[in-house]
Amino acid sequence: MQTVETRLRTETITLNMGPQHPSTHGVFRMIITLDGETIVDLEPVMGYLHRCQEKIGERNTYLQNIPYTDRLDYICSMSNNLAYVMAVEKLAQIEVPERAEYIRIIMVELTRIVNHAVAIGALLNDLGCFFTPMLYALEERERILDLFEMASGSRMMCNYMRFGGVRYDLPPGFMPELKSVVAALPAFIDEFERLLTDNEIMRIRCQGVGILPPDVAVGYSCTGPLLRASGVDYDIRKVDSYSIYDRFDFDVPLGTNYDVYDRYLVRIEEMRQSVRILEQAIEQIPEGEVSVKLPRVFKPPEGDVYHRIESPKGELGFYLVSDGSTNPYRYKIRSPTFINLTVLPELCKGHKVADVVAILGSIDIVLGEVDR
Amino acid sequence: MSREVYERLVEEFPETSLEYLEGKDPAISVKADDLFEVARHLKEKQGYDYLSAVTGVDYPDRFEVIYHLYSMKEGPGPLILKVSASKEEPEVPSLVSLWPGANFQEREVYDLMGIRFAGHPDLKRILLWEGYEGHPLRKDFPIEGYQTIGQEESS
Repeated sequence: MQTVETRLRTETITLNMGPQHPSTHGVFRMIITLDGETIVDLEPVMGYLHRCQEKIGERNTYLQNIPYTDRLDYICSMSNNLAYVMAVEKLAQIEVPERAEYIRIIMVELTRIVNHAVAIGALLNDLGCFFTPMLYALEERERILDLFEMASGSRMMCNYMRFGGVRYDLPPGFMPELKSVVAALPAFIDEFERLLTDNEIMRIRCQGVGILPPDVAVGYSCTGPLLRASGVDYDIRKVDSYSIYDRFDFDVPLGTNYDVYDRYLVRIEEMRQSVRILEQAIEQIPEGEVSVKLPRVFKPPEGDVYHRIESPKGELGFYLVSDGSTNPYRYKIRSPTFINLTVLPELCKGHKVADVVAILGSIDIVLGEVDR
Repeated sequence: MSREVYERLVEEFPETSLEYLEGKDPAISVKADDLFEVARHLKEKQGYDYLSAVTGVDYPDRFEVIYHLYSMKEGPGPLILKVSASKEEPEVPSLVSLWPGANFQEREVYDLMGIRFAGHPDLKRILLWEGYEGHPLRKDFPIEGYQTIGQEESS
């Protein structure tokens, strides 16, 4: 009897996504190996925006580096400022006045709300819901950027924090405006959620996609909402309680299904918790100085320090080596999204091409920080 | 924190030369040959399950690779491991098989600092392109000048 070969002979094909692709939020390329529609392998290719910030940082003085940190993750310039100035403060043992600590917390928590709103808007953009949710997010972001402009003079590249405090005290009229923005935020988050959380298309595209088990997330050094959506209770604001985070009462939301949808839910809930922190900070903020006087030529003592904060995207750390001169000997940026991307191939294997877009959107990358 | 771990490590590895380095962030200095075993012990027995950062530093007399380890359950402090590598042929063992999260970070250190990681599954440049000459974060890398690129490459 003759046997007939019934199976089709198939081959994998290689698909190139990016570097110019609307889903990549910048210039980021993925080389995808496909078996039919299913992803067998994925290789991220990055560096298109590389400026060698770390080398520039060694050339600059300590103070000159602050505006450069704005341009890492250009949505969260305040958080980047905070991570860097806290690292230098640890190096030079500078005490920060009470009022400055509160101003910093207010600024970084506002940044967290901006970042998560934009991240969710961008995720929905990627899923094909073009710019309607994004504009809801941007509308609220505008009000917060107005506050940043009032305090620092700039909307995105704030360059606001300094070693031992902040550049300017809050201008008159800031606190009433802040109170009205914060009072309006819960309604905005509720509306945002009402439009999206139970949306059927959102659920179909996000639930069960890109599942990241807790042990894999920890092994791959994932941080931020990506890690917490995998059910790992690790928030550096709680673990290290840097600055004055121990004075505030807030919860750390965790995911239960470890998928793209959970990352969305964690971000929504983190916005709510940020509002809680803001409300407490507004109540507690004291009067007083906002900066300390430092010598014009700033030379921290020799040594090396690492300081990390919970930036909206994950663990943002600065490792500084000082040789006692005016410039850092080594200036290393531990950028959260660069390291979160390590897990991308694992997340995408077995999914379809369309899911890659959702998974990448849920990691929430900014290429300025990935490539540095 | 680091002190206790150091003492436990000395008990565990009496043969190896470990050194406790005082500083703002105390660290433990490890020889490159012993790094993998020490790291495996820290991960499997001491609960340091999270590798936060891999950094390379170019000192005048040596290269140094610095690992910041944390424990997800135990609490705050980083445990810092420092490994020296020679100026001529800098090479340290790769820790990707312990923490897959070290993958891109080790590639970055290799790319920008030129330190090789023995046993890395795919050690190639990550931020710069294949064919780039030199490692920009080294102190002897010129900060001014031109490099002609993309002549022979067609794709």
